[in-house]
Formats: sequence, structure tokens, C-alpha cells
Amino acid sequence: MIRLFTRYRILLPVVSLALLLGATFYMQPRAMSYFGLNLLFNLAVPIALATLAQMMIIMVNDIDLSLGAFVSLVACVTATWLNDAPLVGLLILLVLVLAYAAMGAVIHMLDLPAIVVTLGMSFVWGGIALFLLPSPGGVSPDWLRALMTIKPPFVPMAVAAAVLIAALTHLLIMRSGIGTVLRGVGGNARSVGRAGWPVVRLKALAYGLAGLFGVLAGMALVGLTTSADANIALRYTLLSVAGVILGGGEFTGGKISPVGAVIGALTLALAASFLSFLRLSPDWQVGAQGAILILVLTARLLFTRRDAQA
Amino acid sequence: MNRSALLLGAVGLTMGLSGGLSGMAVADTSGKRIALSNNYAGNSWRQSMLQTFTEAGDKAVADGVVAAADAYTTSENQATEQAAQIQNMILQGYDAIILDAASPTALNGAVEEACNAGVTVVSFDGIVTAPCAWRIAVDFRGMGREQVDYLAQRLPDGGNLLEVRGLAGVFVDDELHAGITEGVAAHDQFKIAGAVHGDWAQDVAQKAVAGILPSLPDIAGVVTQGGDGYGTAQAFAAAGRDMPLIVLGNRKDELQWWADARDENGYETLSLSIAPGVATLAFWVAQQILDGKDVPKDLTVPFLKVTADTLDETLAATPDGSVANTVYTAEDADKVIAAAIAAPSENGAK
Repeated sequence: MIRLFTRYRILLPVVSLALLLGATFYMQPRAMSYFGLNLLFNLAVPIALATLAQMMIIMVNDIDLSLGAFVSLVACVTATWLNDAPLVGLLILLVLVLAYAAMGAVIHMLDLPAIVVTLGMSFVWGGIALFLLPSPGGVSPDWLRALMTIKPPFVPMAVAAAVLIAALTHLLIMRSGIGTVLRGVGGNARSVGRAGWPVVRLKALAYGLAGLFGVLAGMALVGLTTSADANIALRYTLLSVAGVILGGGEFTGGKISPVGAVIGALTLALAASFLSFLRLSPDWQVGAQGAILILVLTARLLFTRRDAQA
Repeated sequence: MNRSALLLGAVGLTMGLSGGLSGMAVADTSGKRIALSNNYAGNSWRQSMLQTFTEAGDKAVADGVVAAADAYTTSENQATEQAAQIQNMILQGYDAIILDAASPTALNGAVEEACNAGVTVVSFDGIVTAPCAWRIAVDFRGMGREQVDYLAQRLPDGGNLLEVRGLAGVFVDDELHAGITEGVAAHDQFKIAGAVHGDWAQDVAQKAVAGILPSLPDIAGVVTQGGDGYGTAQAFAAAGRDMPLIVLGNRKDELQWWADARDENGYETLSLSIAPGVATLAFWVAQQILDGKDVPKDLTVPFLKVTADTLDETLAATPDGSVANTVYTAEDADKVIAAAIAAPSENGAK
């Protein structure tokens, strides 16, 4: 059985989510419905998108500390410009994606540590967000609100969206040619370069993809909350890193899994709900959330060790 | 039961707890469950609020008024976390959620989900803008006006006023200042001779007031924002000037200073602020809504006023380093609702 877990890395996140979901259903049978599942997971959709954005950065051996601030900024743009003047709004969002791509190129060309550059950029994004929306407000565009509250038959929106996002990203990153090369940059950037690939452009592409998913995360968030706040998504920076790792990704070597990342995000969101259903005192909740994370990572480490011995 | 004290809204914690529910139609909500969603617990006001809510909620459950009154706090002051918390409460089947919100707007989606699921949402202190929710807001502007009104009543001849303001650039400071400005315009015997920022802290206020005092003429009264009255008094005492009429803000040290000055020379003033027990007011408003009562969406928190009559009582009930508190009762909620029905326009002032 251990061999099964080591061969299929995706199994551990899936089993963790299933266990947690089973426990949640046991605690709160009301969650076991179309309506309940949607309430449980709809706020996980923007987290899943943010996790995929973080995954694109981790894929090329970097880490993004500005993601939460970036998603907040996108949320502010969405609730103001995209609603009032859709064309200008789209243009701003496009510029933001390009800015992310440029950030990736600069980090590579000047050989800067991504952790420092993104930390610095987080203040830039935060500043622009405050400038756009000094006090909380703004309105979600109607079409976005309609999209995020859509009620598809049989499967609730949150679940359908998670499956769709995971499948598309899987095709893009794991199956397509360019996705393989991008993962190769994380694995061994030098050999990718020697093989004739322009590494700068690949890094810019990875960061650009991260920007794109960050934009989607911010838009999805506004669609759910109906309006924005310059600090709305600051938690996403750490949640997204945790989601990637929980989903079977690793900080180095381009070892990532888009399906795992989405499952990791869902698991994190579910863990918080589960703890609140447990009626655990809020003082303990943060710690307990961390404990779940450590538990899953320990399990993974055990499997990898066994694998190495075998 | 000292009913007049209750009406003043200035009862100590213990009195408020013994305040009965006599005459209330409460049977209809005995099966209902109410949850408190709180976004932050990192200061004494919030701690006091949570404690008051738990005590009042447990009492209401024991009395059979509601089936449950549970408090939940998010670990960090983050809107996304609180939105998830509210959605969890819907799943847990609560009939009403009372809410001190992390953001006036970012929770609207979750609040609408709750409304659509038939859950009553009452926001207080940190209110939300979702149209389907009830709002119990603080009328800071009215609090500023009230200070000047009180001074006008005590000092019919008028005189110079010193204004001690809060933290610059914060909404609360702007609103209180606007209220004080309106009050001074209404009572033209007063003139603001000087203004300093005390940042709602005794030490900052003392330094700031001491700095401006030498340049000021005789000061008849001081308007404050709470947390700064004791420091102001210290600055006046240190400068050897006549003690003006300082309106206080319900902090323990301010009330203690007032009691000492009263024992010494019969000093009398007014102290007013918002009680952390406002959570219990929200609780009763939610209970009334569940009871089928027609309640306007916008309500205003009454100020907790400490007068010469209630000073000793309040002082005894307030722990050191804390703020005067009160536990609101169902009758208080009735009065707040009645006031909102009588004067709906006044609530638009915020």
C-alpha cells in the first residue's frame, strides 16, 4: 500500500481530502447536499486559482510573497474599473499580467532572489490597491456575480469549477509541450537553456501565467463577495504556498501537480470549516490548522523515506 | 429592580445580568439558535465584548429564550476568513447571525447567502452594507454634538473650549470632530480655542495638551474622544491652571479621577462612550426579529453615559484598565427599535 502512495503522489492529497470531507459530513450532515457543498467550497475557488498561480512560480523554483496583495489589487480593479468601464478594466488587468511577466524576466536576467523582489512588489500592489479603493467598496460586475452564483444541474458551482480548473491546468502544464519545458526550467534551467530554449522568456511565461491565475482569483473572489477591500486577500499568500505543498508539490525541481494543488486548496478551506464545526476555541484554531498541515506533510515524508529505502 | 438606572443605560455588569425579561413575549424564539461572528479579539474592548456576550447568551439559553447563543471569532482580522465562517454558520443551521464585520463590503456575498438561506443577519459596530442585513451603528457625530450640548447646559455663559482629537485620518476622529463642530455652531457662546491630537491615549493626550496650554487663554471646557480625559486633566493640574469641565470617555482611570476630584471639591462632569456590551444589544435585536417583530434595518447604538448619579456604581463594576460596560436587555432593544421607528431620518446622518 505504501508503494501505491509513493508511486501515485496524487493519492495522498486525495485521501486527505476524502478523510476530511467524511469527517465534516459526519459532524455536519447538512453539508452533504448540493447547497451545503457549494457553501463549503465556493470560497475555495479563488483560493484554488491563487494556489495555481503560486504553483506556476514554485514550478520555476521561485516563491511569490506578493500574491495575496496582487489578488487584492485585482479585486479592487474588478470592483471599480471593470464594473464602471469594462474596456479600461480589462486593459488594466492585462497590464497587471504583463507586469507579472516582466517581474519574472527581471528576476531571471538580474539573477535577483524572487523572495525579495516579490516581497517588495507586495507593497507596490498594496499601495495601488489602496489608491484605487481607499475605503472598502466597489461593486462586482453583474456578469461576474451571475457566473459565481450559477447553479449548474447536479453538481454545485464550486465543485464544477474546481474540476474544470484542475483539468484545464493539468492539460496545460502536465500534457502540453510548453508545460513540460516550463517544468524543465524548475528541474534544470541550464540544460533547458543549452537545449536552445530562451530561459528568460520561459520564466516570463511562467510568471505571466501566475499573473493570469492571480487575476482570475481576484475576479472570482469579487464575484463571491460582491465588493472589494484593499486587504481582502492578504491571507492568500501563505494559503497558496501551503496549498501547493499539501497537493504534492515541492519547492525545487519543478515537481508540481496542478490537480494536487487544487485539492490542496480545497483541503485547506475545508480544514478551517471542519475546525469551526468542531466548536474548537478560536485560540486553538490557527494551531489546529497548522497541525493538520504538518500531519499531511509528515505522512508524505514517511512515504518518500520508505520509497528511498526500497 | 432599579428601572430608572436601566433607562439611563448606565447599569453595571452585575445589575444588567439580573435585569429581568419580565413582560417579554419570548416563547416564540425558544427553539432558535443565534451565533456571533466576531472578526478580532486582540484588545480589551473586544475581550470585554466577547465575555459580556457569552454571559448574556448563556443566561438567555438557561432562561429558555433561545436554544443557543454561540460566539465564534476568526483567528485573524481577515474578511475572507470571516466570510467562510458565516457560510459555515449557515450550514450549522443557525437562525440568526450577529456580526462585527472585518469589512463593511467584503462580507456582502456571504451575508447575502445567509439571507437567501433565511438566516437573519444583524451587524453591529463593524457594520456591513448588504441591504438584507440589519445595522446597529455608532452615531459618533451625535456623540460629538452631545458633548457640546452638555457643556452648554452646564456653562450657559459659554467660553473657550479645548478639543482633544483622536488618531488623525481615522473615520471615527473625523465624525466626532464634525459632531463637535456642529455642536459649537449650534451653541455660539462657545469657541474652540485650540485643538490637539491625543490619539485616544492618556500619555499622548497629556503631552499634547501640556504643549498647547501655555498659548491658550482661560479654558472653560474640554471636549474629548475617550481614552484621553485623564491625561488632559493631568496636564491642566501640572500647569497649575483651573480645572476646566472635561467631558470623559468611560475609561476606568478617567472615572477614578472624576470620583477623586468629586470627593475633593465636588467636581461634576459627564462621561460617555460605546459599551462593549453592544453585542448583547445586537443579540436582543436579533431575538426580536426572530420573534416576528418589524424592525427597521438601520438602528443606532445608544451611548453609555456615566453621570454623577451613576459614577460610583459604574466605577465599582469596571475592572482596572478596562472600559465601563453594560449588558443590554430585551427592553433596551425595544427602546432602540422604537427610537428608530420614531426618527428614521436621524440614522441617515452617518
